[in-house]
Parts: sequence; C-alpha cells; structure tokens
Amino acid sequence: MTMDLKYLFEPKGVIVTGVSSHPGKFGSVALHNILACGYEGKVFAFGREDGRVLEQQVFTSFDSIPSNEADLMILCTPVEVNEELVRKASKKGVKAIFCAAGGYSETGEDGLIAEKRLVSLAAELDLVLAGPNGQGIVSPHANLCAQIVAPYAPKGRIAVVSQSGNFVSSFLNYANQTGIGISRSVSAGNAAATEIIDFLEWFAVDPATDVALCYLEGLEKGRDFYERVKEVAKEMPVVLVKGGVTIGGQRAAASHTGSLASDSKIFEGMARQAGITRAPDIESAFEIAATFATQPLPNGPGVLVLTTAGGWGVVTADAISQTSDLVLTPLPSDLKESINDLLPPRWSKNNPIDLAGGETRDTIPELLALASKHPEIDSIIQLGLGIQGNTANLVKNGKFYPEHGLERIVNFHERQEQRYAEASIEASLASGKPILVASELATTQPNNPMVKNIRDSSRLCYASANRAVSALNHLVRYSNWRNQNS
Amino acid sequence: MTTASESESRQIVENAGIPVSRWKIASNPDEALKAAREIGFPTALKLNAPSIAHKTEQGFVKLGIKTEPDLLNAAKELLENKVNESNLIVTEMLHGSREVIAGMVRDSQFGPCVMFGFGGILAEAIADVEFRLAPITSYDANDLISSLKTTNLLKEFRGEKAIDLDATIDLLIKLGELAADEKILSIDLNPLIVVDGLPIAADALVELQG
Repeated sequence: MTMDLKYLFEPKGVIVTGVSSHPGKFGSVALHNILACGYEGKVFAFGREDGRVLEQQVFTSFDSIPSNEADLMILCTPVEVNEELVRKASKKGVKAIFCAAGGYSETGEDGLIAEKRLVSLAAELDLVLAGPNGQGIVSPHANLCAQIVAPYAPKGRIAVVSQSGNFVSSFLNYANQTGIGISRSVSAGNAAATEIIDFLEWFAVDPATDVALCYLEGLEKGRDFYERVKEVAKEMPVVLVKGGVTIGGQRAAASHTGSLASDSKIFEGMARQAGITRAPDIESAFEIAATFATQPLPNGPGVLVLTTAGGWGVVTADAISQTSDLVLTPLPSDLKESINDLLPPRWSKNNPIDLAGGETRDTIPELLALASKHPEIDSIIQLGLGIQGNTANLVKNGKFYPEHGLERIVNFHERQEQRYAEASIEASLASGKPILVASELATTQPNNPMVKNIRDSSRLCYASANRAVSALNHLVRYSNWRNQNS
Repeated sequence: MTTASESESRQIVENAGIPVSRWKIASNPDEALKAAREIGFPTALKLNAPSIAHKTEQGFVKLGIKTEPDLLNAAKELLENKVNESNLIVTEMLHGSREVIAGMVRDSQFGPCVMFGFGGILAEAIADVEFRLAPITSYDANDLISSLKTTNLLKEFRGEKAIDLDATIDLLIKLGELAADEKILSIDLNPLIVVDGLPIAADALVELQG
C-alpha cells in the first residue's frame, strides 16, 4: 500500500529543532528557508536558548508548543536527543519527521544502531520518517522550503527524489534557470524508513505531480523496486539517473547466461521493462522531465521538422535518423499542396520543411496550424526562430536606435517573435501534439524575445535541435510503453 | 546445484514448447547407429551425463559425423570416458548461418531474468545480449530483440530469411515461464541456430537445485 506522505509535503505547521542564534546552524538555516520562502502555516522554532531568532520565539521546551498545530518536524539536532524529541513531538500531534541530522548509519556501527532505534520508534508512534542525513523537503505547492541548503524552486509539475541531496539542488537550479517548476522534492538521505520507491509511489497519487525525477545509487530490494516502479510508470513518467553500476546482484556463473549477465545489463533491461526513462546525466534528466511536464505525449513516431532556413533542418533530420524511436515522416502530398499555396516555389518541398526565407508575417503560424493538424504528423521540431529577435537586440543596442525608423522595425521583430511563440503553443494545445522549439539562443541569449516568450509560456526552449530530438525520443518510447503496459 | 544431462535439459525445454534439434538417446554404439539413421546424417554425437557442463572443452562432443563407420568409432571412443551414469546422445546437425543465444538466470537482486542475444562461438567476445526480468510479455521480448546492437543481423540478410520474430518472442516468453519452476536455476540455449528463419536450440544446458 502506498505510504501516505502528505504530512511531509503538505503540513499545516512545522516544528524545526536545532535553532540557535548562530545563523549557520542547520536548524537556523532550515528555519530561515521556511520563513523566507513564504510558508504560510504555523512555524515553531525549538532550541536550547531562550530568545528570538529571525523574529520567531525559540521554544526550549515542548510543553509550551501548542498541540495539533504542527504535523511536520524537521530534526536538526544531534542523534542523542532525537528520540526524546520524536516522542514529545508525537504527543503534540506531529505526524511526519524529516531527519536532516547526520550521525546515523553513514557513520558506522553505532550510527546504524541509532538509526534502527529511530526507525522502530517512528513505526511504534505511527510516524512517517524521512532521512536521516538528508537535506530536506521542498514543496512549492505548499510554499514550503524546509531544507538546510538552497535553492527554492518555482511551482510546477515535476517531483524530485534523490539519494544525493546535492542532485536535488542541481535539479532545482535547472528549474530556476528554465522556469519549469517543481511540485515536490526530497533528499532521501539514508532512506532508513521511507525509501525512494515509497516517494515515487506517493508522487504517482499526488495531484500536484505529473512527472517523477529520480537519482538512484543503490538498491537493496531490486525485484520489489521493479514491481512497484512499473506501477508508478503506468501513472506517470519516471525519469531516472542511475549513479554507479554495481548493485550487488549475484548469479550462478557456471552457465553462459550467468557469465554474460552483469548488474548494469540487468538494471538496463529492468528499467526498459518497467517503463523507466533512463537519462545519462543530471542535465538531460531534467530536460527530459521538463519535456514530459510541458508537452503532450506523442501518439506515434512521426516527426516533422520546420525550419526558417539553412543547415539546421539537415542536421536535425540526421539526428532523428540516429534515434531508436523517431521517424522523419515523409511529407504528405496534401500537406505539400497546402504549403505550396503559402510559400514561394523555392521552399524545400519535403521534410524538413525549409522555408528558405520565403515566409511573410503570417506564414509560420499558418504553417504550424496546418501541419500540426495533419494525421500523419505526431510531433514537430521548430528551428530557426529568434533571428528577428537577435536582429532587434543588435539594433536596440546600436547608436542609431530609436531614430531612423528603427524603433518601428524593432517592435515588429519583437512582435513577430511573440507571435511565433504563441503560435507554437496554440498549435500544440489545439492538436494535442508536442511542438519543441530549439535554438542556441536559449543559452547564448536568454533575453532574446523568442526565448523569453517560450519561457513565459512555461515551455522549454531547447539549446540545440539534438537535445530536442533526444527528449522527444524519450517521449515516444514512453508513450509506446504505456500503450502496451496499461 | 547440479547440472542436468543434455537429454534431461532438452526434455525440460522441449516440454515447455521450445524447439530443439531432433535427438535420441543410445546406450551403445549399435543403438547410436540406429538413432543416427533415423535422424539422418550428418549427425552429432555427444556423451550424455549429469554434471558435465562444458562438454566441448572436455572432448565429449563429436560434430558433423558423415558416415556410419565414423559414427561407430566415435561412439566407442566417447563411451571409454568413465563418466558416471553416462550414455550417448545423437542429435541432428542444424544448418543455418546465424546463431543466437538465449537463457534464463536467477539474479539475487532481481530474481529470474531472460537473456537473448548474439550467439555462437563469438557470443562471449561480442557480448551483445540483453536481459529482461521473468516473466516477460511479448512487448518485453520484442523490445529486447530490437535493443540489441546486432539486431540488424536478425533481419533479412544475404538471401536468408529474417528471423521469425513471433517464434523468437514465443521462445523467450516460454523461457521466462520456465523460471516459475523454482528448481530450475538457469538455462542455456547456446547456440540456437536460425534455420529457415526459425531459431532452434542445438544444445541445452539446465542447472537444477540440489
């Protein structure tokens, strides 16, 4: 049965332990982050010294903390005092503990014993226990930043769980950079009582979450993980980065089959079978998760490439031909005829559709609307946008602006970029098909009006066509898997 | 763990509906000759006994026997090996230019796994095999086959038919189903020779509990 983790991610009030007048202590940092990021529930600071920290009264005894006003406690206190604090918190109505404190199984035998005691105590008191030795919880849908590190993240649909706290921060950094937000994130720490798979299962039933994003290092119950993660993947995409290749699997090696088997081979097969989307690194994992979170799932493999000019289309067609699951759809003849009516004869007349600079102000929106509706087209990659915005930026920074009619032309270019971005979103929403815009301007010129418009529409502008192709390939593969496994 | 004899191994996979090359047991050279005549020359002759895993390396396999005198000599020679409870197994020589490998193994983390990939004498050097956790569906089997680096070798190739995908998928599903029998620790089908598109096991090796 799915563990109920709502008190971790949607608490009505939070107790933070280990708060002191030293602003660098974990308790103080957690308290700061909760208060500074706009949490609206009750917050209770617990510490050894009376007084006020960050305008909060510090409680030195649980007796004075009111009952049933906090259901989450963030433990930032030493191992020796934590069991007693957990008992007291439970009496005050706390339902979930996030133990940020270290000193547990990661330190050796004594720590392991303490961890086991903490786990049994939580079980005895019917408390959810996350951690220990984790960096905390971020839950933008509850305006909650209960972690001992930065950053906070914008609100979105991606839920993160990681065996490395620092990769939680990495994913959240990308969320801030791209504007593609986070629903929940948790650093699982030693995952003593609540494991990665428990979080994934809860994400699958969490209405705020559409995509799970996971960093995994080790597994102790491989088969159990497989069976449960497969059920999660039936509900939502699970994007996973696996660190390290060994997971301690052992096999009878007398057979050829046994000698050809390895942990990484079996893990790879398991992941494909379970519908997991495996990413090779943190950056692409975020990008793939962001694509799942912001684009509809394609119904088939057929991709149309649309470019304003040049080699972009050629290189993208090459990249598509290298993928496992995408097909560059031969341009349907009826679509070709319709496009003939929109463009001068020099356009490419095949897929990629290369406008060869023949477009007028309405061509791109009209073309997108036409192509996205065509039944043989399952998704579109759009290239060569931002050129007008790039021109506008150069002119704006030049010495002749805004005289000589330059203001008018800059406004025109900027308006057009906005129209292209809007047309791309509209066509995607109207057709229910993914439309991915790619341009190096995404990173080289983040203030380009095209890039800004795509970002403001809550989608990604991909830094290269190859990255868009790779993300789209994962969408198609997952979509196939889900059709076959639901 | 015990290694089942080839005949017992063949019986196990054959009972599961997995195609294996034609075979017969013989306890002396005359019976071997009779079996070879029924199966048809050329034929293969092997020592059949439990607990011998790598028969080729030990010289217990005679392949491509073309004549009756050769068969009788080979039978006598093999029976001189004083391996416990041994007899002979006469098997059909399959002809096909492509060989694949399939198997089942139990992993301590993930439980029973089905394997499929590039086979024959280069199998371990090329090591192009993929695994899925048993039991598997036809989607899993199909995805496994298409994710092999050498998957193109299974398509139409130098005038030879493409491998029969449905038959291969069916074979892998059945291998996975065999894992439900806890006594079966591992299965090697190496090689499976692709004959007229159909993968047929030319050898089978099953390891059993106990």
